[in-house]
Amino acid sequence: MPKKIENVGCPYCGVCCDDLVVTVSDDGKKILEVENACAIGNQIFHHATGSERVKLPRLRQPDGTYKDISYDEAVDYAAKVLYNAKKPLIYGFGSTNCEGMAAAAKVAERAGAVLDNCASICHGSSFLAIFDNGYPSCTLGETKNRADVIVYWGANPAHAHPRHMSRYSIFPRGFFTGKGHKSRKIIVIDPRHTDTAQVADIYLQVKQGHDYDLFDAFRTAARGHEIPAEVAGIKREKILEVIEIMKKARFGTIFYGMGLCHSDGRNHNVDIAISLTRDLNDFTKWTIMAMRGHYNITGPGAVWSWQYGFPYCLDLTKKDIAHMNPGETSSVDLAMRDEVDAFVNIGTDAGAHFPIEAVKHLRKHPWITIDPNICMASEISDLHIPVGIVGVEVPGIVYRMDNVPIQYRKVIDPPEGVISDEELFERIFKRLGELEAEEAAKGPAKVAPVSVRAEE
Amino acid sequence: MANRITLNMITQRSIEEGVAMEKGKTTPEYFEACSIIEMHDDDVKALGLVPNQLVRVTSECGSVVVKVVKGRQSLYPGLAFIPQGVWANQVVPPRTQATGEPQYSGFPVTVEPANGERRKSALELVQGAVGMWRGDQ
Repeated sequence: MPKKIENVGCPYCGVCCDDLVVTVSDDGKKILEVENACAIGNQIFHHATGSERVKLPRLRQPDGTYKDISYDEAVDYAAKVLYNAKKPLIYGFGSTNCEGMAAAAKVAERAGAVLDNCASICHGSSFLAIFDNGYPSCTLGETKNRADVIVYWGANPAHAHPRHMSRYSIFPRGFFTGKGHKSRKIIVIDPRHTDTAQVADIYLQVKQGHDYDLFDAFRTAARGHEIPAEVAGIKREKILEVIEIMKKARFGTIFYGMGLCHSDGRNHNVDIAISLTRDLNDFTKWTIMAMRGHYNITGPGAVWSWQYGFPYCLDLTKKDIAHMNPGETSSVDLAMRDEVDAFVNIGTDAGAHFPIEAVKHLRKHPWITIDPNICMASEISDLHIPVGIVGVEVPGIVYRMDNVPIQYRKVIDPPEGVISDEELFERIFKRLGELEAEEAAKGPAKVAPVSVRAEE
Repeated sequence: MANRITLNMITQRSIEEGVAMEKGKTTPEYFEACSIIEMHDDDVKALGLVPNQLVRVTSECGSVVVKVVKGRQSLYPGLAFIPQGVWANQVVPPRTQATGEPQYSGFPVTVEPANGERRKSALELVQGAVGMWRGDQ
């Protein structure tokens, strides 16, 4: 008889819905039904048992085709690429568990690699602003239970986080928000009149790239100073109306997205959003939260900060001496300056989501993709290693967008023989150790040329 | 009627792109969800375009052919949108303002009718860019 599994976590976005009900076939091999998930989460579960899954690592051949190889051969190939590279880059981690991230960090340290995650092209600007200006945030539960004013700024959850509004911000009835939607004011600020804007009480069509100006106007108006007749395409009267709503809120949350991080100004847009939040706390209680994209993209920030003190753009080329300097040690910048000589793409698709110019630079060198599925990165790789899908076939810890850790479970087994990210990285780590030992047995390893030493 | 106009481009997620991406980036669904451009009606008229016509979008670093569609989510005149993904990233400038984040939103592009041209598949674009495209397999 088919089995219903309740309270399953969804491996799609940073909302980390943990109320899914998944029905699995009698033999435990097929997912029959997924309840409560959004359209995207639903697709992830159903895709898992599709016929197009890759079940063995594939190595690129001289004629351009792929040939199936064993996991042992793939581990050996990956370890040798990392061992021989002077400055490999290991990037991705949006879609894996914290256990896999910790194992990958061990590999990066042993290989002397740069270790980076998708925040580098997503909410990395938020990290920079938070380092500078703090993070007056809260949990999603606090927003649900307390917030009576919600601001979505440069974020479109109707498309990118489909259940965010129904679980936490606009529609749910919370402990002190028993009337749900009726007791909340929704403000949406975006250059596009998005599907999220459809549910707003007030929509401000900010001029693209001028978010900073509008934040500044809100801060100025909050302090009672004069502002111009129009700022960033928004009339003064509207700005004054919105700031009064914000000041009179019982509890407010600003949710912001890529509209701030991807536009001119980057971290400065987030910085002033944090400053506005802080200013509003002179009047009432306000909080701010980054709309983190992948279900566990908050994870590497937590795991690596604990391991090395930095959340992303980690330069471990000096092994256990870590340093971080976005702009210098960030993946796209490293690629564009041709500073890395091997690339490992794990739990993301740099082939599809990096600007194509960066892809071209990275592809000059060995490229390894670790991903359950066929994607653009896998189709331009030298080696593609399939792994189990976290949250569907592999359990583990993930961090929700509000930094709350959640234990995910598995609902089916991975295809026979397919291993997890964690096991794969542990095996690469072990093989790297063997290569180091083999090299050490031969005599002094990696001796620098005499002339270079003389100059030093 | 202009032969070519300059617009301000933004590229972000759409739910159609999200669903299709999870189904697979080589699927027809992903192709239809991502190889499109949304513009304001005034800009569509300025170019003398009809719905579903192909246009060539060119930025400081690349060029791509996409289809003009009327989106549910409206833009103001002068602003254009391609969903994030393979087609958008043919024209996204890799400059990062020293933050690591490319200029995914807010960069100038020119848009012109792409008469006689075709939309390339995701694989053709990505493999073609790195010299690995071997034709339809």
